[in-house]
Amino acid sequence: MPVTQHIDAKRGDVLVLVGTMKGAFILVADAARRTWELGGPYFPGSSVYAIGYDGRAGRRRLWAAASSMHWGSLLHSSDDFGRNWTNPEEATVKFPQGTGAALAQIWQIIPGRDFEPDTMYCGVEPAALFVSRDAGETWSLDEGLWNHPHRERWMPGGGGLCLHTILPDPVEPQRIRIAVSTAGMYVTEDGGANWRASNSGVRAEFLPDKHPEFGQCVHKVAQSQQRPERMFLQNHWGLYRTDDRGENWLDVANGVPSDFGFPVVIHPRDADRAWIVPLEADVFRCTPEGKLRVYRTSDAGASWEPMADGLPQHDAYETVLRDAMSVDTLAPAGVYFGTRSGKLFGSPDEGQTWTALVDGLPPIVAVKTAIVS
Amino acid sequence: MALNFVISGPLRELAGNRGEVRIDRSASSLAEALPLLWAECPAFRDRVVTELGELRPHLNIFVDGENIRFLDGFSTAVRDGSEIVILPALSGG
Repeated sequence: MPVTQHIDAKRGDVLVLVGTMKGAFILVADAARRTWELGGPYFPGSSVYAIGYDGRAGRRRLWAAASSMHWGSLLHSSDDFGRNWTNPEEATVKFPQGTGAALAQIWQIIPGRDFEPDTMYCGVEPAALFVSRDAGETWSLDEGLWNHPHRERWMPGGGGLCLHTILPDPVEPQRIRIAVSTAGMYVTEDGGANWRASNSGVRAEFLPDKHPEFGQCVHKVAQSQQRPERMFLQNHWGLYRTDDRGENWLDVANGVPSDFGFPVVIHPRDADRAWIVPLEADVFRCTPEGKLRVYRTSDAGASWEPMADGLPQHDAYETVLRDAMSVDTLAPAGVYFGTRSGKLFGSPDEGQTWTALVDGLPPIVAVKTAIVS
Repeated sequence: MALNFVISGPLRELAGNRGEVRIDRSASSLAEALPLLWAECPAFRDRVVTELGELRPHLNIFVDGENIRFLDGFSTAVRDGSEIVILPALSGG
């Protein structure tokens, strides 16, 4: 097996957590974000589609879902930046008896809000939400969503029937929005007991009824922490914004080469600013014209501008997947994304300039960032 | 009466770096034998079978040299001294 390199991190450092199809990696830099140190590979040979950091309540805890084709999918955590990982005797995220389901993959792990410091959320395939109230020690299936009457008509997308996006509302404690490919978005206003479809205005290009109640192939949703009513959505065809917490979605694909793509991230303080990576089409999921371009809006989607300084502009037929882009909380905000060809790019200045942080990782499926607490 | 489980890959680490686990108990079928292994090595269960109790699709179990997929699955008979081998299948990319 490969030799794993380890990193050291201190308070205020920036972490970029990278999940790939062959393991996880961690990059660390100081706040200037000019020089990066690489740690890994962790879980070599296993895919890591979900990775995250919990810096609440005095913790400095990394989480990773390592999925082995042979041995299944397990959650692991590390309190020393990856030197040691837990290896639970029993799987902590698994379907209860009676559901008739078996875990295929963990797609998302996120810490809860600051006012619920021991709560964590996990999205899995087949589409389900798991919640932990003890900082990740034990997990429970959200029965309300699992038993939703729409479930029998949800259809898997290319990545499987996965719950890939979890947005606990920053202000309203009982409100959580999730997204499933392909079921669309659902929202609960009572902490997970009841869920309703919430896709008004979002197109389903691949269905006879282009605006069904549910069944959209939502690829990613980003919610402003400062103005939670504002979100951006990258759809399987379609780029949207909401200004009313997702009750209505407005098409904002203004000036982009394609409204197909996977990731979308929003600025940590400026709710009008967001970044996407358009791809040519669902039948050719590569950057248009062989140019790797991030597009940024600074006016809530009224216009988008290409941000390509430092990115390859010739023969660059790249793919950036739904969770492979992230933005940090520093000022100016740093933006990071990884490609299926294993290139990781970073910008310390909100997308004005880009640098290849690593070239040659396994296919990148997840990129998350955190400031060491 | 004994059953000999031969294990490989990451399971070895979970069994204290043992390549074999001998269990001095008897069983008439693999379905009876596996819980004895889970009792000895609790971390094995969720890594070998799914929540539905099915063998993970990219693993194989051999009883006395024969793949249980070509025998009777978990109903495959075992005997005193049976060698039960758990191996990852050839798969990946």
